[in-house]
Amino acid sequence: MNLFDIFGKLEKVDPELGERVSFNRRKMFGQLTSLAAAAVPVATATLLKKSYAGPKDAITDVLNYALTLEYLENKFYATALASTVIPAADKAVFTQIGKHEQQHVAFLKGALAANAAAEPTFDFTAKGTFKDVFTNYQTFLALSQAFEDTGVRAYKGQAGALMGDDALLTYALQIHAVEARHASVVRRLRGQKGWITNNDGGGTPAAIYAGEDNVSQGGVDITTLELMAGTKISKNAATEAFDEPLSMEQVLPVAKLFIV
Amino acid sequence: MENAPLQRKTGLTGLVFEPVKRRFFLRMAGVSVITSTVLLSACNKDDDMAPVADGAVDLGKDDTGILNYAYALEQLEAAFYTQVVKTPYASIPAAELQLLTDIRDHEIAHREFLKAALAGAAIPALEVDFSAINFTDRASVLGAAKTFEDLGVSAYNGAGKFIVNKDYLLLAGKIVSVEARHAAAIRDLLSPKTADFAPDALIDSNGLEKVNDFNTVLTAAQPYIKTVISGMNLPTK
Repeated sequence: MNLFDIFGKLEKVDPELGERVSFNRRKMFGQLTSLAAAAVPVATATLLKKSYAGPKDAITDVLNYALTLEYLENKFYATALASTVIPAADKAVFTQIGKHEQQHVAFLKGALAANAAAEPTFDFTAKGTFKDVFTNYQTFLALSQAFEDTGVRAYKGQAGALMGDDALLTYALQIHAVEARHASVVRRLRGQKGWITNNDGGGTPAAIYAGEDNVSQGGVDITTLELMAGTKISKNAATEAFDEPLSMEQVLPVAKLFIV
Repeated sequence: MENAPLQRKTGLTGLVFEPVKRRFFLRMAGVSVITSTVLLSACNKDDDMAPVADGAVDLGKDDTGILNYAYALEQLEAAFYTQVVKTPYASIPAAELQLLTDIRDHEIAHREFLKAALAGAAIPALEVDFSAINFTDRASVLGAAKTFEDLGVSAYNGAGKFIVNKDYLLLAGKIVSVEARHAAAIRDLLSPKTADFAPDALIDSNGLEKVNDFNTVLTAAQPYIKTVISGMNLPTK
């Protein structure tokens, strides 16, 4: 099982997916609105689930999914660090982030052993949408934020699937927190807050932030709770205080934009 | 199962608590479907809780205990940032005060959410002790913030494997990444544009962030909390 099988299944169920993704690719930054939500019908999710036999396969799929996202991040930072896009003053931050992504790749490959998916070929311009990704620092930062926030949401979305395996669940949580640290520091380098307000991606593809404006947690509307006597918690704070998950079906079309 | 009796029916508890109770019982019973209310009521008894020291607040057991554990830590953080914003250190830049105010609001949101979710099972309000923190001094305040945030992340990550209810695991996941965002932002204020936002001391050579068990976290937090907290009934594996 590897990621391309997953892509293949997605396309079989939704033959127009490739087309829609291509169309969106031609759109400019920030206009990939609701891609993830729109591109993959619910039926796809059902079929994906049906095509896997047992829990062991399911865990392998989750790990390969994580590995592929880590491959993407690792290659992204390795390429950037080998270029001149990152100003000297910010190199220490991205050297550290790049190191972690490399460690995550090695770790997940080790865990998967013979079952590890091969590294895809990446195109970080997304067929020309982000042409200046490795020459314009602001474009690079925006994609970095997009990848890190996606990583946080993607790992969070898989926690439940790893509940049967304490060690793997803990590893995933440990990586998840590191990705969140990355996201926070990159957002700050962009002049953004370290946290996600409503579903504002600051000019990055909107599909990555779908659902981040949720204020209802476990049946509790956070905005009805008291901040202090006489004041309720604001909607901004309610959305910032809880990061939302993304499903595999939501993340894959976004990842696919960057895979040749 | 829809008609299974709830242990606590007040406030939001019914909604939030029924699934975990049910799942716990199902696990204990070792079956996938059960409708016997007799078994459910029998399992609702709390008589297998170990007694705690006089005056100590017991976090409780199972998922309830873990939610109270989180609630205790969020109480600590919320109280800390409330004080920070109330008495900011001298000549604090506006952006820094805004950042700390944001974090205060997040921690209060976490605290109030957990309190609402726990309802009748929530531990009482804890009395904090910030005598070791100099609120007029930036380094002291941000140093304490760093300690609390790093500790919080390690606590949630260590607790994850003990959580039985999938919804609670997701909720913990939703909170822990925000704590990690806080930790990195605070560290970035202290040492801008360095590797300190996610330092090697916290992230191992596999790129995995530090995890702490219940006891380690409670021992580290206790000096800042006057109320004695007992985690002796928290789950073990």
